[in-house]
Amino acid sequence: MNTDDARSLLEELLGRIAPEVDLAGADPTASMQESFDLDSMDFLNLVTELHEETGIEVPERDYPKLRTIEGFVDYVSSASRSPA
Amino acid sequence: MGEFRMPSLGADMDVGTVVEWRVRPGDEVHRGDIVALVDTEKSTIEVEVFEDGIVEELLVEPGAEVPVGTPLARIGAVAEAAAAGTAPAPPAAPAEAEAVREAEAVPEPETVPEPSRAAPPRAPSGGKRRRRAKPLAAPQPAPAGRSDGRVRASPLARRRAADAGIDLSTLRGSGPGGAVLAADLAAPTDADVQSAPTAEEHRPEPAVSGAAPGAEAEPGAEGSTAGAKDRQAAMRHAIAALMARSKREIPHYYVATTIDFGAARTWLDDQNARRGVGERLLPAVVLLKATALAAREAPHVNGFWDDGFQEPPAVHLGVAVSLRGGGLVAPAIHDADRMDLDGLMGALRDLVERARSGRLRSSEMSDPTITVSNLGDQGAEEVLGVIYPPQVGLVGFGRIVERPWAVDGMIGVRPVVRATFAGDHRASDGHDGARLLTTIDRLLQAPEAL
Repeated sequence: MNTDDARSLLEELLGRIAPEVDLAGADPTASMQESFDLDSMDFLNLVTELHEETGIEVPERDYPKLRTIEGFVDYVSSASRSPA
Repeated sequence: MGEFRMPSLGADMDVGTVVEWRVRPGDEVHRGDIVALVDTEKSTIEVEVFEDGIVEELLVEPGAEVPVGTPLARIGAVAEAAAAGTAPAPPAAPAEAEAVREAEAVPEPETVPEPSRAAPPRAPSGGKRRRRAKPLAAPQPAPAGRSDGRVRASPLARRRAADAGIDLSTLRGSGPGGAVLAADLAAPTDADVQSAPTAEEHRPEPAVSGAAPGAEAEPGAEGSTAGAKDRQAAMRHAIAALMARSKREIPHYYVATTIDFGAARTWLDDQNARRGVGERLLPAVVLLKATALAAREAPHVNGFWDDGFQEPPAVHLGVAVSLRGGGLVAPAIHDADRMDLDGLMGALRDLVERARSGRLRSSEMSDPTITVSNLGDQGAEEVLGVIYPPQVGLVGFGRIVERPWAVDGMIGVRPVVRATFAGDHRASDGHDGARLLTTIDRLLQAPEAL
């Protein structure tokens, strides 16, 4: 999965959790939880949906790496290239 | 058995709009079945029926906005259908046993807060609904009188009845076990109600105290077709009315403490490291469970105020859920104190999802006995809450933060959480609230036992 794919995947997953989210207009380096007003349940659902869609199982200690759009895209694109 | 009325889905609801019927005349329904979708100012609620029976007639068209207490449908007894050969003979034992349990669990005089008067009994716990597995049971009549001659009634109903010179035994109570509630006094006291407590009963006008005087059924479906903006305004209005009432009527007191969340954090990290994504637990679940257990132990903080403290037979934990775009609802997780952490996590996930998609059930709206407001990891460090009437307490948890913390004369960095309790001073004192928080603290130091 390249970064474009990872980004569209993020857009799709976020759309299920917070339909009003506009990924294009968001700061890619800002905390998604803050920008999109996601609570811890939303974030857990995001990680759970990611697992269901891609099989990528994110350990809890890696959660901080997925907090921003950029971080999420990087993590997912590299994890899908070399499954941990 | 008889009329199925517009339930009060929280103290802030005066009217509701039937959006859709999920049953038709002739359908057999069981306690806990969803029979209609009702629109309130806050959200669309799946309304459950609270008795077994046969739907005889729908009395309100979809789109009609009616006051709380308005008869929505006539529901006949299953036994009548059984006699006609359309249903198997009812093995009555389970229902009777249940009725006995309920009667024993609730101290006499049995009371419930007014806003819950038309609400169905609580749903089965655990999120899994067992209604299909439950055998058909004989209909349970709801006589206000008891074999010992004492009429079940709330204190407020007793006082009002005495003032008005009404004999309580001539009333048909709408509370649990047929208890007469204050709102029932507004209904006619004709003997027909008592002598024929079946589908034939027909009360002319639902004069429910609290319903807007002169409010009539309006066919206009404005509420159900309102846009998101209108919904926002209506939600704001409902919150404004309820919170204003709370601050007007409830003498709040507050106590607060900072709790070391280190043991819970370590335990959660360890658990979650061994669990798949879908089975992981959130800190919120640990906080909710500790609160539910503590609420069971501490006196006068779990329950209702209805002209006196009313102790419920269970802990139905209201959970404040903020909605996208603003506003919040605080539906109940039933019997939260009896769920294990996995069960509670599932219930919380399900509740939040349904709260945000507008698919809460009537019992969840009417049953909370104490509410938790948990700000989560995006929130402030402390929240001093406003109590949801007729409840008498609200527990607040702030964001879990790392702070210097002294243990055994040494300073270390620990995750800590600020816990607060807003109490109704009519029902409890600061000492009771402090005891609740102390118990929550103690329970959180042994998370494996939760």
